Amino acid sequence: MSTADVCAAILWIGVTLYAIFGGADFGAGVWDLLAGGGQRGQSVRGQIDRSIGPVWEANHVWLIFVLVVLWTAFPTAFSAIMTTLYIPLALAALGIVLRGSGFAFRHALPGPVQGTASRVFGVASVLTPFFMGTVVGAVASGNVPAAGDGDPTASWTGFLPLVTGALFVAVAAYTAAIFLVRDSGAAGDQDLRDYFARRALIVAVVAGVAAVLGVIALRQDARFIYDGLTSWPGIALVVLSGICGLAALVLLVADRNRGLRVAAVGAGVAMIWGYFAAAFPYILPTSLTISDAAGASATLTEVIVVFGVAAVLVVPSLILLYVLSQRSALEAYSTSSEVTSPRQ
Amino acid sequence: MSSPALLLADSSSNLLAARNQMGFTLGFHIVLACFGVAFPAMMLIAEWRGRKRNDEAALRLARNWSKAVAVLFAVGAVTGTVLSFEFGLLWPRFMDRFGDAFGIAFAIEGIFFFLEAIFIAIYIYGWNRLSPRAHMWAAVPIVISGVGGAFSVIAANAWMNQPQGFKLDASGHVTDVKPLDVLFNNATGYEFFHMLLAAYMVTGFILASIYAVGMLRGRRDAYHRAGLLIPLTVAAIASPIQLFVGDTAARAIADDQPSKFAGMECIYKGGTDQTEWLGGICTDGKVKGGIGVPGLDSLLVGFSTGTNVTGLNQIPADQQPPALTMLHLSFDTMVGVGTLLFLLAVWFAIAWWRKRDLPETKWFLRAVAVSGVAAVVALEAGWIVTEVGRQPWILYKIMRTSEAVTPAQGIWWVFAFTMLLYIALFTTAALIIRALARRWRAEDLREPPTDVPYAPPREEEATA
Repeated sequence: MSTADVCAAILWIGVTLYAIFGGADFGAGVWDLLAGGGQRGQSVRGQIDRSIGPVWEANHVWLIFVLVVLWTAFPTAFSAIMTTLYIPLALAALGIVLRGSGFAFRHALPGPVQGTASRVFGVASVLTPFFMGTVVGAVASGNVPAAGDGDPTASWTGFLPLVTGALFVAVAAYTAAIFLVRDSGAAGDQDLRDYFARRALIVAVVAGVAAVLGVIALRQDARFIYDGLTSWPGIALVVLSGICGLAALVLLVADRNRGLRVAAVGAGVAMIWGYFAAAFPYILPTSLTISDAAGASATLTEVIVVFGVAAVLVVPSLILLYVLSQRSALEAYSTSSEVTSPRQ
Repeated sequence: MSSPALLLADSSSNLLAARNQMGFTLGFHIVLACFGVAFPAMMLIAEWRGRKRNDEAALRLARNWSKAVAVLFAVGAVTGTVLSFEFGLLWPRFMDRFGDAFGIAFAIEGIFFFLEAIFIAIYIYGWNRLSPRAHMWAAVPIVISGVGGAFSVIAANAWMNQPQGFKLDASGHVTDVKPLDVLFNNATGYEFFHMLLAAYMVTGFILASIYAVGMLRGRRDAYHRAGLLIPLTVAAIASPIQLFVGDTAARAIADDQPSKFAGMECIYKGGTDQTEWLGGICTDGKVKGGIGVPGLDSLLVGFSTGTNVTGLNQIPADQQPPALTMLHLSFDTMVGVGTLLFLLAVWFAIAWWRKRDLPETKWFLRAVAVSGVAAVVALEAGWIVTEVGRQPWILYKIMRTSEAVTPAQGIWWVFAFTMLLYIALFTTAALIIRALARRWRAEDLREPPTDVPYAPPREEEATA
């Protein structure tokens, strides 16, 4: 493995973590949008706030990580993607602004406008992963030329990019539903657990349909990736993804929390690495390889070093945050200035 | 169909649109970044004071500030994400050629940003559930990452002003990158300290000004006094150091980037015994309407009127910075406002030294009340000097901004839309913070809440 390959793997680790954690945040926004009004809507939004409130900002730093590693280690690929797919990327950036501020604002805003902030958060949570999906679909279908300046509209409006966009939204909603099933189950709210479990099942079917359509589209528009996914080692990861997905469904129906998140996340992770294996050695299939896109060699080494430092510093901190959040050591955001005594 | 002239007009319009877009979004983000860097430190000082001296007002202040930090950090995080997109969306040619040369600065910044986001969440959401000691410790990584993040981003900007730590091969590709030389380039030292102090001054003066307005409206309680005292003390300590650092920076720029220096001082004709112009319009090769002090510019640059200062006449026309009047007035505004803020700090220090107390005279409070806006004006003016002064280069003397810009169309529309969106963001964030303040005041009137202790009990009590 060359240093460029290691950097590509680091990039892909970032993509994976963003897909899981950022994806779950987007998905939570989807359920927030569909929660409706009334008592039920309130309790759904309440659970969403408790689940993602403390962690959403940290989750989205992975996106910055991905962008920075991409432009530092693979500047040519970064520039090619940016000059071709600037429309969906700009729309995704807009979505990020709207959902971040919508979510942050809605806790602090007075009643009447809270609804508006919530809707902005919800709609942007659907659009952002959709446009990110079209970007990935466009890259997979080989519509991004190595020199950049590809077709700014046709590149991402084909069947494969659009299906990928839909798949991203569905998978995000699914991941979020699974996390929310676990969190509401852990909070002892069986009602809410059933609510999210039903939705997880429905969206699992939707994601399955989108995935099948995606495979058909890959066969048509991204033969290289299709071949990679249907031969070793890609096929092994596809099979693993399928097994995990089925296991998650079984656990969901059987009303079991244990292993549910691992299975659901495993399905996504296996798929993401399946793509990586299928696309290898390309970063832009089939126009630019990882080694051709790689930047100066000293920089690649430095990216690996920085990643090592990040792993030592950031990962334990993140785990601390997730553990505190999961153990309810962190409370819901309150605008009140009153300090209450801690649990004794 | 398109004639070369039309193409040229198109690309230059694109360049202006892209520069406006980048300038506007950066100018917006820089204020939030200041809060991200310095606000947590003030919050920690307030909590520490509150716990150590059993000062209820300070503790309440820390808690309320953390709510504002949450909102400001969220808006800062998303506007910062926009900037990472914009590097590629607006300046793809620059990133293509030099992403691997200076990207490492942003990778390091990523680590700090990560830590900051994580510990801000722990701090904000942990007020009631963590022990006081654990809670205060959670703020320490936030303060450190604020400084580290500022360092990395400013190192990247300094590198654009003083590119070094790499070589270019025959085809213009970057080779032999030396990351440490990139990070610690000629300009990093002065740019970093200048910006760090600016962040503490902007945050300190803005916060102090909010409570000064409250005190002018008659709310002269312990809460408002602490809200004014803590940030103003921090800003007042930073002010004199900033004067020194800023002066050093200006002298260094005269050496490092003579074109920027000539532009910001409006020096048309190079030579010794340079006049220092305060204000004025730079036009037709001379300064109109400004106050000229003969020889002072040379004296400031080299401690002697005999110091030779480069003028615009020694710089090729196509390498001179644009918008000279704006550049010059921005520089004067930054220096002028910075000096006034320093005088306010002196006023505060003398009053404190004589009475050991916060001066509560109307005129002092009025001065503090305007200091926040003034500090932001100085910040923006300084940012204009750095960025416009570097033009026409995106990478000083190596790559022109016009070579870096995207050919994508429609940036003017994006710019117009972004302005509206950011204005809406700003307005909402400001309204929220005002609404929060009102709610806190309403809660304050219900005092004293005898059943609710302000502070979580001390550890020995909690375990008892």
